Amino acid sequence: MCSLALFPPPLPSGQTTLCESNNELLSGATTEDRLKQESSPLSLYFPRESLKLHSRTESSSKAAFLDHSETLWMRSAAAWRDGGLTGLLNEITNSHTDVPKCLSVSSGCILALLRKISSFHGSLFPHLTLSSEDMIAEFSQVLNWSDCVVRAFAWHPHTDKFAVALLDDSIKIYNPKSVTTPTLKHRLQRSVAAVQWKPLCASALAVACQNCLLVWHVDPCSLSTRPSSGCAQVLSHPGHSPVTSIAWSPSGSLLVSASPMDTAMMVWDVASESCVPLQRVGGGGVSFLSWSPDGSHVLASTPSALFRVWETRMWTCERWPCVKGRCQSGCWSPDGSRLLFTVLGEMVIYALTFTDTPAGVPTSTSKGPQAAAVVADLSETTFNTPNGDVIIGGEIQSLAWDPTGERLAVLLKGDPQAADRRPAIIAVFKTRTNPIFELLPCGFIQGELGAEPRLMQFHPNFQHGALLTVCWSSGRITHVPFYFMGAGVPHFGLSGSPSVPRPQAGPADFSNHSLFTELIS
Amino acid sequence: MFSAEQSCWFVRKVICWRAAASIAWAVLLLPPITAVFVILSKFSLLHPIQTISECLSLLTSASAVFSLILLCGVILMVGFLNLEYYTVIPTIACSKIALLGQLLHPRQLVNSLVHCIMGIIVAWCCAITIGGRYETLGYPCAQSDGDSSPQMCLNEYHLILLLAGAFVGFSYSLLGVIHNMNYVSFHTVQQYKYLRFKGSLPLVVKCSATQALKSVRNYVVVYLFLGYIPKAWICKTLNLHLNSSAHPLDSIAGLLDFSLLYHLWISASFLLFTWHITLLLFRIFVTEVYSFPVQSSFTEDVHQCLPKVLTDNQPMILKFLALQDLALLSQHSPSRRCEVFSLSQPGGHPHNWNAISKECMSLLADLTQRLVAYHDTVATNGRAKSLSTGSERKTSSETSVTSGTDDLMSPRPTFLMKTPASVFARSIVGGPQSPLTAPFTPDLDSPFASPALRRLTAPVEQCSPWFGTVQSPHVMRRGPKLWSTSTDSQVNGSPQSSPASVPSPKQEPSKPSLLAQFLQNRKEQLPEASSQALFADSQAHIWALEGLSYLVQASFSEDQFGVVQTTLPSILSCMLVLQEAVDRHFKLPHASSKPVRSTGSMGDSTYKTLRFALRATLKTAIYRITTMFGNHLNAIQMSAEHRKRLQQFLEYKE
Repeated sequence: MCSLALFPPPLPSGQTTLCESNNELLSGATTEDRLKQESSPLSLYFPRESLKLHSRTESSSKAAFLDHSETLWMRSAAAWRDGGLTGLLNEITNSHTDVPKCLSVSSGCILALLRKISSFHGSLFPHLTLSSEDMIAEFSQVLNWSDCVVRAFAWHPHTDKFAVALLDDSIKIYNPKSVTTPTLKHRLQRSVAAVQWKPLCASALAVACQNCLLVWHVDPCSLSTRPSSGCAQVLSHPGHSPVTSIAWSPSGSLLVSASPMDTAMMVWDVASESCVPLQRVGGGGVSFLSWSPDGSHVLASTPSALFRVWETRMWTCERWPCVKGRCQSGCWSPDGSRLLFTVLGEMVIYALTFTDTPAGVPTSTSKGPQAAAVVADLSETTFNTPNGDVIIGGEIQSLAWDPTGERLAVLLKGDPQAADRRPAIIAVFKTRTNPIFELLPCGFIQGELGAEPRLMQFHPNFQHGALLTVCWSSGRITHVPFYFMGAGVPHFGLSGSPSVPRPQAGPADFSNHSLFTELIS
Repeated sequence: MFSAEQSCWFVRKVICWRAAASIAWAVLLLPPITAVFVILSKFSLLHPIQTISECLSLLTSASAVFSLILLCGVILMVGFLNLEYYTVIPTIACSKIALLGQLLHPRQLVNSLVHCIMGIIVAWCCAITIGGRYETLGYPCAQSDGDSSPQMCLNEYHLILLLAGAFVGFSYSLLGVIHNMNYVSFHTVQQYKYLRFKGSLPLVVKCSATQALKSVRNYVVVYLFLGYIPKAWICKTLNLHLNSSAHPLDSIAGLLDFSLLYHLWISASFLLFTWHITLLLFRIFVTEVYSFPVQSSFTEDVHQCLPKVLTDNQPMILKFLALQDLALLSQHSPSRRCEVFSLSQPGGHPHNWNAISKECMSLLADLTQRLVAYHDTVATNGRAKSLSTGSERKTSSETSVTSGTDDLMSPRPTFLMKTPASVFARSIVGGPQSPLTAPFTPDLDSPFASPALRRLTAPVEQCSPWFGTVQSPHVMRRGPKLWSTSTDSQVNGSPQSSPASVPSPKQEPSKPSLLAQFLQNRKEQLPEASSQALFADSQAHIWALEGLSYLVQASFSEDQFGVVQTTLPSILSCMLVLQEAVDRHFKLPHASSKPVRSTGSMGDSTYKTLRFALRATLKTAIYRITTMFGNHLNAIQMSAEHRKRLQQFLEYKE
């Protein structure tokens, strides 16, 4: 098993990680280095001050108007429209003067009964009592989502453009080949939890919002900087909000969406705007989705200690109960055969291996492993640096595996409140899936002083290795390239294992340690 | 009636069994549904225990068993009607008058009548089970003029329930036509039958209840005004008397009986629920994936193999299931893909691939042709076209009638996807004269058919020369202007590349009758409906696109003999031409408007969005190929225009 103790120590503060080259993470402290990195067209900076935030919510405009009395019918109708049944009951209960006493008393009783039932339901599934903003923050893959300037980020799967969702509920699309950066705004586009581009399509971008799902069609040739809201398809289903996670099928035909409030996971046919709810007992919602790159499986984690792996041919699922907490994050190997996931409250990474079903034979369930294996331990580790001891490790916020299957980035939550102040940090592993699965330490990625990583994503088709894009708490977006020869690329000398770590100047001689190795059997 | 279908092995061996299984399940589900109905109909809050004991005794009584048997009979009939009337291509009425034509079609009238009778039977069973004041039609009552001899009086409660059954049955069959309830759609998400059933059950309950509520509302209004007619008629024929002491129910006071309304509603819900469940089960069973063998080593099984089955035109369901199977195998099954790419053993010909790709491309080419022809008439006449020509253009652009005369003209009619299968059409499908396409209803056997209409539906030439090898649609677009000199040019305004292929026998100018002209002018065109009608069968094209693109993608690594390479240029150009035609179609103002989404109906409205699905699938399919092959595509022979277009896709700029 690989652990943090095998990692090279973190950089002294003030230094930033620039790239990996020759199996070594290079860092730079000088402004010159940083400028070089930041001058690339794709590095962006969104200062918090530059964003125009919403000063008030929509409902608060009521205070600006004079109070006037309406008839009971009008008020009841308004309450029904705004608050549904509970709003109506509330209104009746509160207007003692206008309604007969028995009616107000009985509606008060019904209201109390409803509250009892919902609090009982809430005690079964505590997350249901959260407000929708809190819920998104709780289940988002972004660290500290509610305070984050960049709330979501998505590379286009085939080209060099990406979409950035900002704190002010706008989405900007950057393309190095074009001068225009379209800004997407929509009345319903609030509290963006995730964005993802449709594969095998140039224009479609799915956005998970507070009340619905939006699919934007942004014409890449258009010169317009503000596409109208007519370019967005609104997909909504009663009870399916807030949407915290979305995933396109790799073939681009289907979109799945998940909400912690809804026990059903929706499979959307976006073109016809129809959906099929997939519902199973248990879990109390769906919080995170991840579609395997080969399209055969979907990971769906729930807010309780249970996650499911759906097979996408007949849409059956396997249940995977966890011992401790819910599945926080997960990622698939490029061939879709291996799933790495983390559990809330534990500091380890688990792996599940799925063997291919016999070709052409439809089986009822995908034959999976019986138990998950621990492949990495990320518990707290103290490093001795010239500036004193630094403690790194802890719970994991999210995982990202690069499309070649050679690098695995792990975003550690850290703990800003703790006395020893563990910072949030990204740890990168080198991985190999063939012929055996291996995890080897690579190093930590650090930003400028005081900036914490919040969100990360690998570029889907970087030519020279892997490119990790990190969004920092300061509002900066940087790209950290990892230059290496992929194992798939034939080359001389070493037979098929080019990325064996050869630390020339590594302070710890970790090649002697027993690293995690999985036997082929 | 069945002659055409019985000849087909698939209907005999698969569809009938599937329908039978679905009916069997519906019958099995009947007792529990009835039990729930009994409990709901007799429930009283104040005496729960008494209710339960009453229900139990009722359910075990002989009358309950008898009514259950009757209900089973009704379910069998409904299932049979489902099998008889279902279609995989919806009938889309392009105008109000066309819809009226559908509703007044004899076949539809028979359907309505049968549903009425079944509604009465179900309502009678409901009356028996609810019991109490609903139980019998007549009851002995004292004569009003003081005569002591008892006489039979009419029980209006019984009558109102029976008539409600008839009304709900009739409105069910009516709404079936309006909402295309007989249309069976295929789902993009494959699920096991049980899970699909479980998933749709809440929807069925909801839509049965709301539909029942609406029907009962309408019924009550109708009964209020017209209720005296059936009452008087029944009294007269059965020699019953009206009890003058009882309240007449066709008055506002009589109808404001809450318990009566509740019983009407719950009976209507029960009726609709059992029928909807039967329909749902039928849809689920009939659209289940069927796996066809790609090739067979026995010659007697060859007609059941995928390449052969794909080319069959009838029955439509067979073609659709075959295309669905093709799309799935190309996506999920490497071993079956391998069979598609294999070479015949002796000879070394890629027969499987040739047959499959040819069929898919001909489907796509047909759609392109349809779109170009449609667009052509719209473009030449402009938007502000008179209404009558509007109908003509559709007739000409879409019809594909294989009439007897036409067969003589075209030695080998290319298969054109017919959009017939209107509700009425299936009975004559096998005949020499196949039905007209749905969008131009009224069709030939409808009461509104006229010589003019028949003339308008004159055959479009079947042997399109640009099948698969279209150079540019400009040629096609010019076609009519170049070759057609007669006044009928618009009518036959479909692409014609040679003057010889202008259909002559039907060109004799026949004066349209007055009635037809009137109707034509009355036709209030619904532009979106015409666009829907154009894409009514596009599920087949979607599967063809998916199947082709996945196979081509897989061929990059799996095709050992390079059989796909030879057809790749034509596949690409076929897709690109279609892409251009679809793009142009969506530039029309009505084409891109989204249909309103109806949720509270059992009718499947998938067909309304098929054009969007097709557009998305087409783009994805081209991207799938370009992403896989990348710059290798530059080595492919193709016209400059297409290369330019393809370059857009390679640069992700579409």
